[in-house]
Amino acid sequence: MDNNFKIVEVNGLVKNYGNFCAVKNVSFDVYRGDVFGFLGPNGAGKSTTLRTILSLIRPSSGVIKLFNKDLHTHRNFILSKIGCIVEKPDFYKYLSAEKNLEIFARISGISVNKKKIHEVIEFVGLKGREKHKLSGFSHGMKQRLGIAQTLIHNPELIILDEPTTGLDPQGIIDIRNLILQLKNEQGKTVVLSSHILSEIELIANRMIIINKGETVVQGNVAHLLSSQELIVSFTIDNVEEAKKILYKSQFANQIESFSATTILFHTSKQSIPQINKLLCDYNILISSIETKRKLEDYFLKLITN
Amino acid sequence: MFFKNTYNELLKIAYKPRSYIGIGGITIIFSLILFALKLDGQFYISIITGQFEQSLSFEGNILNGNLIAFIILQMLIIHVPLLIAFVTGDMISGESAMGTIRLLATKPISRSNILLSKFLASCVYTLIVIICLIIMSLVLGKLLFGNGDLIVLKSEGLIVFQEQDIIWRFFYGFLIAFLSLVTVATLSLTLSCFSENSIGPIVSTMGIILLFTIIGTLEVPVFDNIKPFLFTTHMAAWRYFFDDPLSISQIIYSIAILVAHILFLLCVALYKFNKKDILS
Repeated sequence: MDNNFKIVEVNGLVKNYGNFCAVKNVSFDVYRGDVFGFLGPNGAGKSTTLRTILSLIRPSSGVIKLFNKDLHTHRNFILSKIGCIVEKPDFYKYLSAEKNLEIFARISGISVNKKKIHEVIEFVGLKGREKHKLSGFSHGMKQRLGIAQTLIHNPELIILDEPTTGLDPQGIIDIRNLILQLKNEQGKTVVLSSHILSEIELIANRMIIINKGETVVQGNVAHLLSSQELIVSFTIDNVEEAKKILYKSQFANQIESFSATTILFHTSKQSIPQINKLLCDYNILISSIETKRKLEDYFLKLITN
Repeated sequence: MFFKNTYNELLKIAYKPRSYIGIGGITIIFSLILFALKLDGQFYISIITGQFEQSLSFEGNILNGNLIAFIILQMLIIHVPLLIAFVTGDMISGESAMGTIRLLATKPISRSNILLSKFLASCVYTLIVIICLIIMSLVLGKLLFGNGDLIVLKSEGLIVFQEQDIIWRFFYGFLIAFLSLVTVATLSLTLSCFSENSIGPIVSTMGIILLFTIIGTLEVPVFDNIKPFLFTTHMAAWRYFFDDPLSISQIIYSIAILVAHILFLLCVALYKFNKKDILS
């Protein structure tokens, strides 16, 4: 499989609603096998961009290519290779889970049998609920069925717009694991938009951050974050003593703040063992070393700027 | 893909509880009419025949299944369009309200095909309603009231149709009734493309029918020029099959007006649905 093959190419995408410009000249590429994170605050233009890729919204200008074909001229071919959840997974409440999947499978471009439907229902952990009407499903169950719906026609590209919105912590972990399973076991390409920064940090290999309809930054998640300093928290037994030692050391300018039991550093990854050794040399007991959520910090820094 | 989606649309109609409100409504309304006519039908008939007692004498079963079907068909314009709009007005807007339109529009089927398959499913539903109408009026009417000649009261007098000369008139009459109900279905489907909730298209459809019917009945010269082009004027075109002799040109004109309305409304719906940004 060619991992340099561009599955999604968006160039100069613009979407105007009257005088309001929701998306301003956004460009990005998604490669085969990527888990591509789409980040941005509310109203940044994430959903508009994803809806445009899915042909739910007509762009004002710009070129969108998927699988090396123009979306406008090859819409049906492209959509037959995509599975998606846009915002929340809505289904026909008066139909059972199985019937809902049957309806969407029938128009997904391939012939789908009951066996396949039962397989995907089992994959998302809804076995035994096939015959239950959607009106009795919880939000988490609908989200799982939404993922089942995206997989029913074995698509190459999966687009998930805010797939964990409204889920409880266990639900978020389950959906995250499902996405990782799709990437690792089935080699799917996933485009994922989310508010939950740790989620993107944990599962995406590439990302774009947009704000007010404009691209703020994009690239490899690891590269983008490694260029950043870390916020590291040391929990120790004697903060006063540690203060004296640290202010005389090379790490003095890296100290961010103190509390009764912790010292916060703004430092690099390489400095962590050196600080650890320095404190140990002066018999200061360290009970924990924690790095703060990097992406959250990075994201807020970019958005605030 | 078009027929696959039409099958889907029919499945949705079949499983949706509101689809049965129309058929249930017809059953209740017509059962009440049949019950009332069974009890007081002779009195009702005597009011009509009483006007002609001086010059004519009536023999045989006047209150028969054919007359019942004729009376019931007269009510078509009042109740049945509402029952049709109740289902077809929900076809697009109901999907928008539920959010399923997002999934539907991201499948490899063109928006035109989505709309046309919904239109075809609406036609099938309308046909089912018409079949219910035939069963309730003609079949049940004949079972309860027996067979006989049909006496039709016209402004110029009474027309009597022989028993063996009636069925084909009802057949074509119901066909025109079907066409006029398809026009209503297309109107509500089109309005459905402009709305994000189900109530709006249903109320708007009834509002338009009511407005056009009022215009059609008002004896104001300024409306005389537009009356022949209103679809509501032609919703009662089935009655032309109970004229003697038949007015073929009137029938063709009515069919043309109804078909023109269907085509025009479909074009508007296709344009709107294809251009629509799905934001729900």
